[in-house]
Amino acid sequence: MPQGDYIDLHRKRNGYRLDHFERKRKKEAREVHKHSTMAQKSLGIKGKMIAKKNYAEKALMKKTLKMHEESSSRRKADENVQEGAVPAYLLDREDTTRAKVLSNTIKQKRKEKAGKWEVPLPKVRPVAEDEMFRVIRSGKRKTKQWKRMVTKATFVGPAFTRKPPKYERFIRPSGLRFTKAHVTHPELKCTFCLEIIGIKKNPNGPMYTSLGVMTRGTIIEVNVSELGLVTPAGKVVWGKYAQVTNNPENDGCINAVLLV
Amino acid sequence: MSMDTDEGKTVMCLLTDPEGTHLGSAMYIPQNAGPLQLTQLVNRFLDNEEMLPYSFYVSDEELLVPVGTYLEKNKVSVEKVLTIVYQQQAVFRIRPVNRCSQTIAGHAEAVLCVSFSPDGKQLASGSGDTTVRLWDLYTETPLFTCKGHKNWVLTVAWSPDGKHLVSGSKSGEICCWNPKKGELEGSPLTGHKKWITGISWEPVHLSSPCRRFVTSSKDGDARIWDITLKKSIICLSGHTLAVTCVKWGGDGIIYTGSQDCTIKMWETTQGKLIRELKGHGHWINSLALSTEYVLRTGAFDHTGRQYPPNEEKQKALERYNQIKGDSPERLVSGSDDFTMFLWEPSVSKQPKKRLTGHQQLVNHVYFSPDGKWIASASFDKSVRLWNGVTGQFVTTFRGHVGPVYQVSWSADSRLLLSGSKDSTLKIWEIRTKKLKQDLPGHADEVFAVDWSPDGEKVVSGGKDRVLKLWKG
Repeated sequence: MPQGDYIDLHRKRNGYRLDHFERKRKKEAREVHKHSTMAQKSLGIKGKMIAKKNYAEKALMKKTLKMHEESSSRRKADENVQEGAVPAYLLDREDTTRAKVLSNTIKQKRKEKAGKWEVPLPKVRPVAEDEMFRVIRSGKRKTKQWKRMVTKATFVGPAFTRKPPKYERFIRPSGLRFTKAHVTHPELKCTFCLEIIGIKKNPNGPMYTSLGVMTRGTIIEVNVSELGLVTPAGKVVWGKYAQVTNNPENDGCINAVLLV
Repeated sequence: MSMDTDEGKTVMCLLTDPEGTHLGSAMYIPQNAGPLQLTQLVNRFLDNEEMLPYSFYVSDEELLVPVGTYLEKNKVSVEKVLTIVYQQQAVFRIRPVNRCSQTIAGHAEAVLCVSFSPDGKQLASGSGDTTVRLWDLYTETPLFTCKGHKNWVLTVAWSPDGKHLVSGSKSGEICCWNPKKGELEGSPLTGHKKWITGISWEPVHLSSPCRRFVTSSKDGDARIWDITLKKSIICLSGHTLAVTCVKWGGDGIIYTGSQDCTIKMWETTQGKLIRELKGHGHWINSLALSTEYVLRTGAFDHTGRQYPPNEEKQKALERYNQIKGDSPERLVSGSDDFTMFLWEPSVSKQPKKRLTGHQQLVNHVYFSPDGKWIASASFDKSVRLWNGVTGQFVTTFRGHVGPVYQVSWSADSRLLLSGSKDSTLKIWEIRTKKLKQDLPGHADEVFAVDWSPDGEKVVSGGKDRVLKLWKG
């Protein structure tokens, strides 16, 4: 390989040889034969490397040729006629077979008896007490340590009045009190901002449920009168359960998914 | 006007028609006047040549007993003026079907769609074995087997003049058939890339020899085709998900409902989008127009007369104007979000009313032929009846034990037929709001039902591969 540009300079100053292009063309034509003899004559590792390279090139060439061939002859792929014909309105729907429906109803009855409910987040990370509460020192010498402040999001009802501060053991700061939750309907996939009616159950313990603490996995009751749902009897549904899906103390809002 | 006035007790009444215009002024009517006497009165006031039947409603409840008895039962004050709304009923009366006259086998796979021709003389059915079959109604036997599709035949549609039959399949092809000979006319029309979900013809009163029809498909477009040119003229694209149903309205607007929760209205000369109706929360499964039945039957009516081609347009226009009246065309859409919306699309973009009440998705909605009622079939095993003008809920028909797939009205709007997954068909009477007849007999799910326009026969087809013809 030339080191420097003297070849280019010469070409610029003096131009090419008269037969340059013809010689170039003929040499390139001879390349093919040369490559072929080399591939056939080489022995050992060199031969294997050349063979590997040739094979890779051949496979690629075959693929491109096939691709070109396909596009030139347009043929619609033959769709096989399947069994189990359904009309157009059932085509996009997955229909459960009858046997499955029966076994599902039996399973549901068993679950109801056992008292286990299906919730979107069945297991949540347990929250330790020192994470949930912060010790508040009180008293003249700040030695008394019986007060605790809740560090997670809470819900207090609209008619909430604090206990007299002297006797208040658990402090729920107003900055961490929420009244509304962003509830997503799992099937319709739309989210509504609904008022919270109450806390049903906090998986970390009954104490947190009674305090009104909302952590991830808490079941809350929300006011769904906006959605216009109706019971089979014809009555309007106005409260439904939802499960909290985020960590409200980190995000500043409560996201929940509706339990249908 | 011979009515006994020797009873002495009279009540002040005011007769109004469903749109609210008063007939005459308030007058004294004796308390023993029943629906028959009121019919005579109305006929007299309207100067009808023949006695047309009417039904009367006082505050949305039908008046079946003499006025006096009604007053006593409901304790309505005699001092106030009683408003009685009269509604014209169909002149002819359809006999309810109650027996299966024939079970015709022939299809090798489930029957997916059935349709009577607009004159009620021919029957076509499409099935999962890729054939369309034509059946002879007089002998109740197979007539022609039309082969040409490559995959399941999902929809069939007759042109409103009865001269063409068009069918759409799961591979996206549309075949045109000559119903007299059972042959394929030309080659299958291609254009859609996925399966065809619905076909609707242009009404006869807009173009007299029927030429254009519109098809909707899962690929998100609707296409307008011309049957004489045998190609697609305009492609209406705009929906982002599958278009589940399409209807050609009597005022020349095409309505398409789609899985992207919107309904779009298109004009037919250039295929431009006029309006978009939003409101549903989930897929739209079915659309129905208040004038749909009369658009489907064209110039044919219950008398069964045939009209020469140039008179057809005239007659179809007359029938259309009669059903439509002065009010704009109404559209109802049923969706997977368990509700339906009643729209007046030419008036406003906002829905007129939201019809809630179903507990599962609404699969099929259908206006009655006179446009007064809306029937909705849902997967919650019930059929609901709604007032076709205001959208008010009237009653629920319960009785099916499986999801109800399709409904069909009799030509006089007095009887409603429903077919369900539980393999039975049920006939409901609108006047009494109760089950009139139960038609069991199918071995498996019933996918498609149709009532012939002359009211004589009902056909049903389903997963058990046979076609059942029911007669009165």
